[in-house]
Amino acid sequence: MALPTYEEVIAKWNPVLGLEVHVELNTHSKMFCSCATEFGAEPNTQTCPVCLALPGALPVVNEKAIESTILIGLALNCKIAPYSRFARKNYFYPDMPKNFQISQYDEPICFDGYVDVEIETEEGPKQFRIEIERVHMEEDTGKSLHVGGATGRIHGADYSLLDYNRAGIPLVEIVTKIVPGTGKYAPEVAKAYVAELRDILRGLKVSDVKMEQGSLRCDANVSLKPIGSDVLGTRSETKNVNSLRSVERAIRGEMIRHAELLNEGKKVKQETRHFQEDTGLTRSGRSKEQAEDYRYFPDPDLVPVTPAATWIEELRATLPERPSLRRKRIKEEWNVPDKEMEAMINADVLDIVEATVILGADPTKARTWWLGEISRIANDQNVPVADLSITPADVAELVALVAAGELTDKLARQVVEGVIAGEGKPSEVVAKRGIKVVNDDGALMAAIEKVCTEQAETAEKVRGGHLPAAGALIGAVMKETKGQADAARVRELLLGHLGQA
Amino acid sequence: MIRQSAAQMAAALAEGATSSVELTQAHLDQIAAVDNDVKAFLHVDAEGALAQAKSVDAKRRSGEKLSPLAGIPLALKDVLAQRGVPTTAGSKILQGWRPPYDSTVVTKLKDAGLVILGKTNMDEFAMGSSTENSGYGPTFNPWDLTRTPGGSSGGSAAAVSAFQAPLAVGSDTGGSIRQPAALTGIVGVRPTYGAVSRFGLIAYSSSLDQAGPFGRTVLDTALLHEAMAGHDPKDATSINAPVPAVVAAAKSGVVKGMKIGVIKQLQGEGYQKGVHARFNESLQVLASLGAEIVEVDCPNFEYALAAYYLIAPSECSSNLARFDAMRYGLRTGDIDGASAEAVMSATRDAGFGREVKRRIILGTYALSSGYYDAYYGSAQKIRTLIIQDYAKAFTHAEVLVSPTAPTTAYKIGEKVDDPMAMYLGDVATIPVNLAGICGMSLPAGLADEDNLPVGFQIMAPAMQDQRLYQAGAALEAALLSKWGAPILSQAPALAGSK
Repeated sequence: MALPTYEEVIAKWNPVLGLEVHVELNTHSKMFCSCATEFGAEPNTQTCPVCLALPGALPVVNEKAIESTILIGLALNCKIAPYSRFARKNYFYPDMPKNFQISQYDEPICFDGYVDVEIETEEGPKQFRIEIERVHMEEDTGKSLHVGGATGRIHGADYSLLDYNRAGIPLVEIVTKIVPGTGKYAPEVAKAYVAELRDILRGLKVSDVKMEQGSLRCDANVSLKPIGSDVLGTRSETKNVNSLRSVERAIRGEMIRHAELLNEGKKVKQETRHFQEDTGLTRSGRSKEQAEDYRYFPDPDLVPVTPAATWIEELRATLPERPSLRRKRIKEEWNVPDKEMEAMINADVLDIVEATVILGADPTKARTWWLGEISRIANDQNVPVADLSITPADVAELVALVAAGELTDKLARQVVEGVIAGEGKPSEVVAKRGIKVVNDDGALMAAIEKVCTEQAETAEKVRGGHLPAAGALIGAVMKETKGQADAARVRELLLGHLGQA
Repeated sequence: MIRQSAAQMAAALAEGATSSVELTQAHLDQIAAVDNDVKAFLHVDAEGALAQAKSVDAKRRSGEKLSPLAGIPLALKDVLAQRGVPTTAGSKILQGWRPPYDSTVVTKLKDAGLVILGKTNMDEFAMGSSTENSGYGPTFNPWDLTRTPGGSSGGSAAAVSAFQAPLAVGSDTGGSIRQPAALTGIVGVRPTYGAVSRFGLIAYSSSLDQAGPFGRTVLDTALLHEAMAGHDPKDATSINAPVPAVVAAAKSGVVKGMKIGVIKQLQGEGYQKGVHARFNESLQVLASLGAEIVEVDCPNFEYALAAYYLIAPSECSSNLARFDAMRYGLRTGDIDGASAEAVMSATRDAGFGREVKRRIILGTYALSSGYYDAYYGSAQKIRTLIIQDYAKAFTHAEVLVSPTAPTTAYKIGEKVDDPMAMYLGDVATIPVNLAGICGMSLPAGLADEDNLPVGFQIMAPAMQDQRLYQAGAALEAALLSKWGAPILSQAPALAGSK
């Protein structure tokens, strides 16, 4: 039987979602020891007795991780527990040194929040509220590399290599309540939710939120129920969903797979599935029908987390503006077209442009510089814009110099180059390179006369009223003055000189 | 020289009457002479000990200011990680493991100039009360080599009792310092939970474990207590407060006007006659010194043993999960095609002894979903009730007392096949651990029927450890003048002993 189309699925079934997002915090040290957390270090170089679970070693909570988690909870409108505990989740696996994971079980630090997300639909923008069940802290496991065998999985491998650098990296798990009522928009809502989370976390500066490096990972729970029914279907949990596009694809794919099974009168198995980037399909992982018994109990090596109410309020006061609201505000205040807005977000220059505007630059000019010339140079050098040595203050100064007529756009580009090359602030580059607009009419007139003599024929055409011919003369004058003249002024003087003013 | 107290040895070192090297060598000689019979040590680090002794002697010669116990030798329970020195916790699963780091206790001892002679035998992972559960064979009681020295810190207690070391470190999860101290005629203290860092102490039951000192006198024990204790940022459960003034208390030793509570539930049936006799005699001595003896009721203590044997196994089932052959220690079954799971399984089967397996299985069961509330959950409630019993009792008395153990030392092999009988030996010590408070055992004399040492237990509220030493020192002084000589002078001489 052919797979049902997406339209056929949503005509008959209502999807119910549940999303679990794991975020690696960007703390300098691990969750329970002082090891470094840098991504990509040589295997097993960022380890110590604690994260290798040597006999006798004890965990101590990273305060910064607690602070970051509370910030996340607050940003997601959660309540913050005045008392919460860490628990041990017991199971044996070689990449988990203690053979238990320190996590939070029935006492998460943040709970009962929500995030509103907006998606574009054919009927215009639509808002959905995603309710947050809990935000809790835990530690990451190490990484296994299974060598040999066809699948890259532990079964059938010749041997396995273990890297414990990741073991003990602080993880925050953000779990939604079940998300009903998204209908045909389910995949897009899920994608918008993860994107919104990513933006919020980036705004909080608590994580690198790089899905491709695994610092943000999404597990998507999907089930279907017949339209009109209140009975929840059996869910599958898809792991390994490592891009925003994959979130959408995975959910769409699972909806179709579930519908096919259900249409045929088969049952959906409650299981973990792995998303395959190449095919967009999922394959079966561990069956969860027989729930594993993790023997959770409060970790006796750790003391309860009891953040003071005053501290929570201090943290709340530092929350940045919610990214989606900020984008709306900026778009309206600066009157930015959609495409330009998107370009700024994609190029990750929104913060830097706003900083430039705050320093007095015109928003359009500021945006144009950062998205244009500066982005081009960054691109050539293959570095992020933020890594260039040019600052919002430099760009604000540059915009001011152009506005004051002291630089032309063309000259300003030379100044940008100079600033990025480390020659100093714009005014210093101007001084050192001797860049200045020639606005001495005498000097300009001399150049104009010279050009008109050299290109007498063209000059005559202009004199005769053929104005388009002036372009060539203006170009020649600009060349004569090494680009330091203001082209508008040159045009004005030239036309006057040739009796066309 | 080796029969002196640590305080006397320290004085001799300060006066220049002897050197740490000389003192250390004398103890190494005693170990060589008697440890074939006693088997207190799993590993003797003669080289390391003499090097440390030499370094302390040099510092002393150069006039450097030294800690009170600088240059004094000591025996370390094998449960504490010591960098580069084999550390096994009495288990085959850790045979040959040399820690790449020092436990905080070891760091503190080294910094204080103490000389670590070696690692002492213990029940595997501190699970046991007789040191018979060691993966490396039992330790024998210096008072009678056919008997156990108690446990789990039996090696440490026997070493001090046999003059192989003036001081030793043990750990006490359910009585593992106090009970062997009682059975070998020495002093042992379990400090308040959190007083001594657990960093580097190989965990048995995290919420109950606590390292503590052994000595032949109350003052010696206090000196070591002070050297070991103190806040440690590497242990989240470490108390961040000044160490109680235990040495000062041990030096003053006054009980006049002190209210001493006798716990009704920790006497009577199950307690040996001679144990009772010595216990009552000590009470009379304390009364004669001006203490007021009252009786206190701790009705929930009858559930203490049951609660302990749910909480400790539960925690151990998780704590011992790390011994999986992946990173250190024993590895067996790693043959062609064996899965990681099979290797873990084979290694744990080969490496753990029977008692350890018994407790892991018990704990795994007690934590299982569906049983958690009935077992672990209920045990935690009992724990709260015991804390309340103590809190109430301490409103009537400054310290509480009981016999340390119901019996004197029993024969090797006598209880190995009867775990319940073995567990009952800890009935008087376990409540202290469940409540996280502190306790001391000191010698109360010999039982008439077997001429073996009896221990007198003193308990004080959390962070009031000085009270143990105050009362203990008073009792010790009065008993000493009654006996005319330290109790250990009555122990039969070991063959070859110096």
